[in-house]
Amino acid sequence: MNQTTTPAIEVTGLSKAYGDKVVLDGIDLSIPRGTIFSLLGPNGAGKTTTVQILSTLIRADAGEARVAGHDVREAAQSVRAAIGVTGQFSAVDQLITGEENLALMADLHHLPRAEGRRLTAELLARFDLVEAARKPAATYSGGMRRRLDIAMTLIGSPRVIFLDEPTTGLDPRSRHAVWRIVRELVDGGVTVFLTTQYLEEADQLADRVAVLNGGRIVAEGTPDELKRLVPGGHVRLRFLDPAELDRAARVLDLGLRDEEALTLQVPGDGGVHTLRALLDVLDAHGVAVDSLTVHTPDLDDVFFAVTGRPEHEKVQSR
Amino acid sequence: MSSAVQPATPHLRDCLTMLRRNLLHARRYPSMTLQVALIPVFLLLLFVYVFGSALGAGIGQGGDRPAYLAYLVPGILLMTAGTGSVPTAVAVCTDMAEGIVARFRTMAISRASILVGHVVGSVLQTVVNLTLVTAVALAIGFRPDAGPVEWLAACGLLVLFVLALTWLSVALGLISRTPEGASNAPLPISFLLPFVSSTFVPVGSMPSWIRWFAEYQPFTTVIETVRGLLTGTPIGHNGWMAVAWSIAIAVLGLVWSLRLFDRDPR
Repeated sequence: MNQTTTPAIEVTGLSKAYGDKVVLDGIDLSIPRGTIFSLLGPNGAGKTTTVQILSTLIRADAGEARVAGHDVREAAQSVRAAIGVTGQFSAVDQLITGEENLALMADLHHLPRAEGRRLTAELLARFDLVEAARKPAATYSGGMRRRLDIAMTLIGSPRVIFLDEPTTGLDPRSRHAVWRIVRELVDGGVTVFLTTQYLEEADQLADRVAVLNGGRIVAEGTPDELKRLVPGGHVRLRFLDPAELDRAARVLDLGLRDEEALTLQVPGDGGVHTLRALLDVLDAHGVAVDSLTVHTPDLDDVFFAVTGRPEHEKVQSR
Repeated sequence: MSSAVQPATPHLRDCLTMLRRNLLHARRYPSMTLQVALIPVFLLLLFVYVFGSALGAGIGQGGDRPAYLAYLVPGILLMTAGTGSVPTAVAVCTDMAEGIVARFRTMAISRASILVGHVVGSVLQTVVNLTLVTAVALAIGFRPDAGPVEWLAACGLLVLFVLALTWLSVALGLISRTPEGASNAPLPISFLLPFVSSTFVPVGSMPSWIRWFAEYQPFTTVIETVRGLLTGTPIGHNGWMAVAWSIAIAVLGLVWSLRLFDRDPR
């Protein structure tokens, strides 16, 4: 088996329904090793179901999925040996301490006692849990519990890690701590499959993003590729009276006029150089600009553009 | 690929790890387990000191309070076995709702070990409760005339029956959607069957339609066998029936539990 070319995760035509409700309607994915992949979507889009199927927790109705080279249906135990999962709802034992949780994982991975103790101590230090190590996990804050959760996932050195909404409900500080941890994971060569409803998170972390909506992948690509799917950035100039707007439009000879709002929307990436050039031209002609806003497209625009469409048509950008 | 993959069948080391986890839970949160041990102790004291004289006369053989105590203890031991099913079902139901069990399901461990840990942990706790109840009985004057062999046989049968009830309770915990439901589900085992049996009075004193049920139901056969072993009353057909019931319930509980657990989680 060629370790470098086999994708870490390969999915074709994955479908799942609960009764009449179709949760996944035939999704295809191919995720190279050593990358961060983000599945982005609103609540109920099917993100958690996808993670549950790929992590062998539930069975798909149709379609094929291979994780770390193994079929999730035929070779579930081999898949389990290669993965680590941090679920949406904290997967720690609340009744025992953080240290005991980590020791439990070490025992279940059949690590020698001394090795387990060493690893437990190392992870407690790395995830800033030394002080809380001897307290029951039920007393932990959301951020601490999530850190413990990820630390437990790392015992056993998984090659593919699933993080289902790892920062949902966390304060900004804890969110950044989790982001830092995720980036470190990939430096170590593992593949991360991350679900999130935060576009910023996907933008910050992911090498590739797929937008899941209504059980289908409606867009897929790198964050930059996805941003190109929506109209580009622009600078919005606001004026105090129609005469100034008129003059600006004549001087610049481009842009979209809004007579009501007294604004002129000029295409551009909003970079410092283009901005200075633009203002220089206006200055040279003595045009008085009241205010200016810069708008760069982000994944939010992509998200609303692709999830807003009535038919779930796939947009592939290459 | 060289990574060692664990089989799906029970693995001793995983079972021991899960047992340690369950004992840790029991040690940290002992209230419910202790509570269920207090119910049989309370009933023992109530029936011996409040009703003992009257019921002792009722069971015949020139019975008085000490005679009724000797009659009552085996049934109270079985009631201890029965009430032990409540914390088991609740613990299993609560545990299944926890994220940690979802994590276990995605790990290359023996799946059965998760249930085996619960079962062995619960059996050990019920054995502790049985010891406690026996100690109280001895303290208030229970004097069985059993020899070591009879004691051993009685203990063996009790443990086998507790094991059977525990596997059944695990299944009841798995089908219950809420911990409240799980605490009610074992009611037949924890309350109904121990009462409609020869625990408090001989089945011969019951009306015929209920006598037939009471005589052959699992609790009575085990009570009569333990009573015979400890106090020398006749055992008759109850001996083999007790063992047969225990094995049948254990197998039913085990197969049912494993099938329930192997379903996709809700």
